[in-house]
Amino acid sequence: MTAPILSIRDLRVSFATPDGPVEAVKGIDLDLAAGEALAVVGESGSGKSQLMMAAMGLLAKNGTARGSARYRGEELIGLPARRLNRVRGAKITMIFQEPMTSLDPLQPVGRQIAETLRVHSHLSARAARRRTVELLDLVRLKDPERRVSAYPHELSGGQRQRVMIAMALANEPDILIADEPTTALDVTIQAEILALIADLRTRLGMAILFITHDLQIVRAFCERVMVMRDGRVMEEGDVATIFTAPREDYTRMLLAAEPEGTKPTAPPAPPILRAENVGVHFAIGRGAQLAAVDGVSLTLSPGETVGIVGESGSGKSTLARALLNLLPATGEVRFRDTPITGLSRRQMRPYRHALQMVFQDPYGALSPRLTVGEIVAEGLTVHAPELGAAERRARAVAALAEVGLDGAMARRFPHEFSGGQRQRIAIARAIVLKPAALVLDEPTSALDRSVQKQVLALLLALQAAHNLAYVFISHDLAVIRAVADRVMVMKDGRVVEEGPTARIFEAPATGYTRELIAAAFDLSAILAARQSNPNARGSASTIAGT
Amino acid sequence: MTEAVAGRSLLLSALLRLARNRAAIASAVVLALYVVAGIVGPMVWLHDYRTVYANYVKVPASLTPYPRAEEILPGAAAALRRARLTVENVTVVGDTATITVHAARPIDPRVTRYLDRSDLFADARLVSLADDALSATFAADVARHTFLVGTDANGRDLAARILISIRISLMIAALATGVALVIGVLYGATAGFLGGRIDNLMMRVVDVLYSLPFVFFVILLVVFFGRNVVLMFIAVGAVEWLDMARIVRGQTLSLSRREFVQAAEALGVPPGAILRRHIIPNVSGPVIVFMTLLVPKVILLESFLSFLGLGVQEPLTSLGVLIAEGARNMRNAPWMLIYPSAALTLLLFALNFLGDGLRDAFDPRDR
Amino acid sequence: MLGYALRRLAGAVPTIFVVITAAFFLMRIAPGGPFDQERTLEGQVMENLNAAFGLSDPLWRQYLTYLGNLLQGDMGPSFIYRDFTVGTLLKAGLPVSVTLGSLALLLAFLVGGALGVVAALRQNSAVDHLVVTVATFGITVPNFVVAPVLSLVFGVWLDVLPAGGWQTGHLAPMVLPVVTLALPQVAVVARLIRGAMLEALTSDHVRTARAYGLPARLVVGVHALRAALLPVVSYLGPAAAALLTGSVVVESIFGIPGIGRYFVQGALNRDYTLVMGTVVVVAVFIVVFNLVVDLLYAVIDPRVRYD
Repeated sequence: MTAPILSIRDLRVSFATPDGPVEAVKGIDLDLAAGEALAVVGESGSGKSQLMMAAMGLLAKNGTARGSARYRGEELIGLPARRLNRVRGAKITMIFQEPMTSLDPLQPVGRQIAETLRVHSHLSARAARRRTVELLDLVRLKDPERRVSAYPHELSGGQRQRVMIAMALANEPDILIADEPTTALDVTIQAEILALIADLRTRLGMAILFITHDLQIVRAFCERVMVMRDGRVMEEGDVATIFTAPREDYTRMLLAAEPEGTKPTAPPAPPILRAENVGVHFAIGRGAQLAAVDGVSLTLSPGETVGIVGESGSGKSTLARALLNLLPATGEVRFRDTPITGLSRRQMRPYRHALQMVFQDPYGALSPRLTVGEIVAEGLTVHAPELGAAERRARAVAALAEVGLDGAMARRFPHEFSGGQRQRIAIARAIVLKPAALVLDEPTSALDRSVQKQVLALLLALQAAHNLAYVFISHDLAVIRAVADRVMVMKDGRVVEEGPTARIFEAPATGYTRELIAAAFDLSAILAARQSNPNARGSASTIAGT
Repeated sequence: MTEAVAGRSLLLSALLRLARNRAAIASAVVLALYVVAGIVGPMVWLHDYRTVYANYVKVPASLTPYPRAEEILPGAAAALRRARLTVENVTVVGDTATITVHAARPIDPRVTRYLDRSDLFADARLVSLADDALSATFAADVARHTFLVGTDANGRDLAARILISIRISLMIAALATGVALVIGVLYGATAGFLGGRIDNLMMRVVDVLYSLPFVFFVILLVVFFGRNVVLMFIAVGAVEWLDMARIVRGQTLSLSRREFVQAAEALGVPPGAILRRHIIPNVSGPVIVFMTLLVPKVILLESFLSFLGLGVQEPLTSLGVLIAEGARNMRNAPWMLIYPSAALTLLLFALNFLGDGLRDAFDPRDR
Repeated sequence: MLGYALRRLAGAVPTIFVVITAAFFLMRIAPGGPFDQERTLEGQVMENLNAAFGLSDPLWRQYLTYLGNLLQGDMGPSFIYRDFTVGTLLKAGLPVSVTLGSLALLLAFLVGGALGVVAALRQNSAVDHLVVTVATFGITVPNFVVAPVLSLVFGVWLDVLPAGGWQTGHLAPMVLPVVTLALPQVAVVARLIRGAMLEALTSDHVRTARAYGLPARLVVGVHALRAALLPVVSYLGPAAAALLTGSVVVESIFGIPGIGRYFVQGALNRDYTLVMGTVVVVAVFIVVFNLVVDLLYAVIDPRVRYD
């Protein structure tokens, strides 16, 4: 290996909190060679982001960094802001996870790019603007002349991330740090953005430090990988070696945490939930209506899982709420032959215990001022008012035990639990009522992969034990493939395609489904295809030209 | 899991955060002292707030008691002049003054009452009367009065006036805040929870009330309720609920979109129970904070009205009245302005710091 | 934008109308009348006076007459300042109040803004604590305390500034009133800016600006401060309306011929026309400044669109 351009030695980061100092990074060594693509992989809380924030002098106010981070021999830790500013934004640039909030909402995007050009490359206002247009063209943003004066809120998520990339490339950096750059994006957009970064890298030859939790991306994108856990490096090496022969248990666990396998098909049974031609329309002012869900039908039998997959805005979450009569909908939903669409709250109440829901956000779905015991027992006060307090508590503890939580935890408050534990509590709240069907709205999307795997296993075990019917909503095709009997693919409020899981994944009938599946499972192929033909889209105005 | 099994609720952790805030704790102590001073002070203080010491009009603040030695002779002379007696000599031994007098006409022994009437003497008695009754010797106890912060333009003890003002201010603040709290929470929670058209209408009403000039509103209330302070401040509370209603409504609205409320709906929990179990407890933090900040607002408003002469009436008084009197007399009696101003400022300061502390404790993002 | 402004102004007409109507009838159903103060007016004299001022007409007719006159710009004669019309009084007083108010506003914005920014940039330092304490003080101490104390200290004890009085065009008598008016606003602006800056400084887009090596002057001045201005703008709108229409306390303590005192005097003496006149002026100011706030908001924040 040639001499590294970035060399980190024994870097430590600690944060002062009211409960004393917390060490987030506990002595990390890292070398990055010119032109190399290195992945730093870890789950949330592993310190992978703070590591680079510390090197760039971007820690929050209560954070302190110790140790060494040298860029071409110059020590960055403790460097005065004035000197540090000659490196960051010029030689080392970053792109972040949230393209919406990472750009100044009050300034046109072109101005933000031009600003960095004027500061680092000392261009005139006019030259900076011209260069900005070139850069926007380089990242294949359509109509760059017009986009220069657009504000961030006028762009889509993918377009905003392209703007961030243009900004990162503006001063021809040596190193691009990409901190979860595609996590907030839909899979198809993610594939495009990754292809763009890969392409630019081959053309411009900068090194990339890719911070991510997603092993798919690591495999498709990087040559070397460093696995972090709890502020420490667990393992480091070539991507090929780590993926085929991991040395550490933790790495093996991470690799195994990718959802796999399929659900054994449920025996046929008469459906308990039948939806016909369900539609949900929102008024969007001046009499116009937006069809969030349009003419969707589905049936659900005991023991069966219907997976609903789609990107953001496809209407899948709205459909979930419509199925449970939680918002006004057209069409008809029948629960065991009783039409429940349009029932009032009171009329609906007798059916609620049988039709339960689990939400995506494990932080927002639990009432913060109730104890876990009260939260789990709440449904019993409605549906089994004859029970005494002691009996309710006993059932709540039993439900908690069933989802793998200690009954003693019933007296604690939700904010004391981790995300995975909270999701288990939410599941306990649903199953304590002995429901017939559960609607699961992205139940594992906010969780780390390893935790996700455990929660999925729990859901499958509960389904087998109680012959539960699931409507499982997710944007994550890997998860859907692992849990569903049948799959519905949604886009713009409509069902694009539906069928048995195996058929959908092995022989998708529509282009959209094929695109989704490729983006989710075959990132390497997409990147390879794009790179062999870099000029497939956009023009070849190059950095070298200036 | 090494922590204690019982959970630490959000409220408890907020209070723990508050305990770490020294300014807030100091403010809480100051407030407690004010409350004690307001309740107990007027009962145990050296002077009654209504007592007029005609001899001690606008005397400056002082730790040494009145009368001063040099004031005793003129004081006795002034008191006895009305009985047409001429004071020859006054000697003071300890707390007893011996006064020798003479007169053109025979002296009636009952003239001692003139001495008793003066604020300087008490228990005056005739020691000796000359045979011709034209000269006499009286003895009287010198009444010692201490005016720690001086007296006002009528010769009333300013400290006693300040103590009674504190009582009035705290009482009015509690009353008005209570009224604002009840109306605001009920109105705001109803509007926010029902939402839609009803919410729109209810908030439109609030908007119109907002655009009325506030001082105008209050002065009209004064005109209507005249001089009944209690009624007036119930009315002030009824004006101050607007902010409370907005805060509660906003909170309710955002809470009712949260997933835990949706989860409760999916469980079939009736609306009343959702409001009671999931919304009100989560609104309580901001409401408590707003309340601590409303108290100083009300006190300020009361003082302002009293300053304009529209609030509390004699013989009761209020810090605003005292400050207005002080402002009128500031050239020759600055203590009449300084001490009431300091008392009001410290009280408001403590309330504001405590309110800020509570807000930070409930919403710790800032620190 | 222009169309929006015009529509908003047109939309404000009903609001002002409601305010005028409410004020008119509330004033009239309050007990007492404008001539009660003058002791033992004979019945006949009282009736004559009432008739001369149109007070013996039915209330609805008085209301319609008042509205009609108001539309022609006539706010009627004052009851307590017998020789003046309300229009004359307001025309004389308004420039004084507006002068003082706008100076105070300017002071509040500049000083408060500077203090807030400095405090936010040095969070939890001694400077920050000082600013926060001073700001709490400014918000806490009522102006009827500040005004006499300033007057006592600078006007009487130190004798460096006039303790009161007003001379058009002279600066010295304005200093103490302007400082009194500005003090609480300085405090509020400082606190608002500090809070908003702290939030802005930890926001993602400011992190981006720092990650791209922009100098502190750009990070703070362009990216953080602009976002931090938004809450200040929405606060200063109503505050400006209140400041520019005068303060009864400041005017009575410093002896300034503004319009703030007319309101209280008018209400206490049942000078119906004077009160109505001030209500109209205040309501118009409130409406106008709310509009100004909305327009400024749109200028600063491109996400807000009016069309």
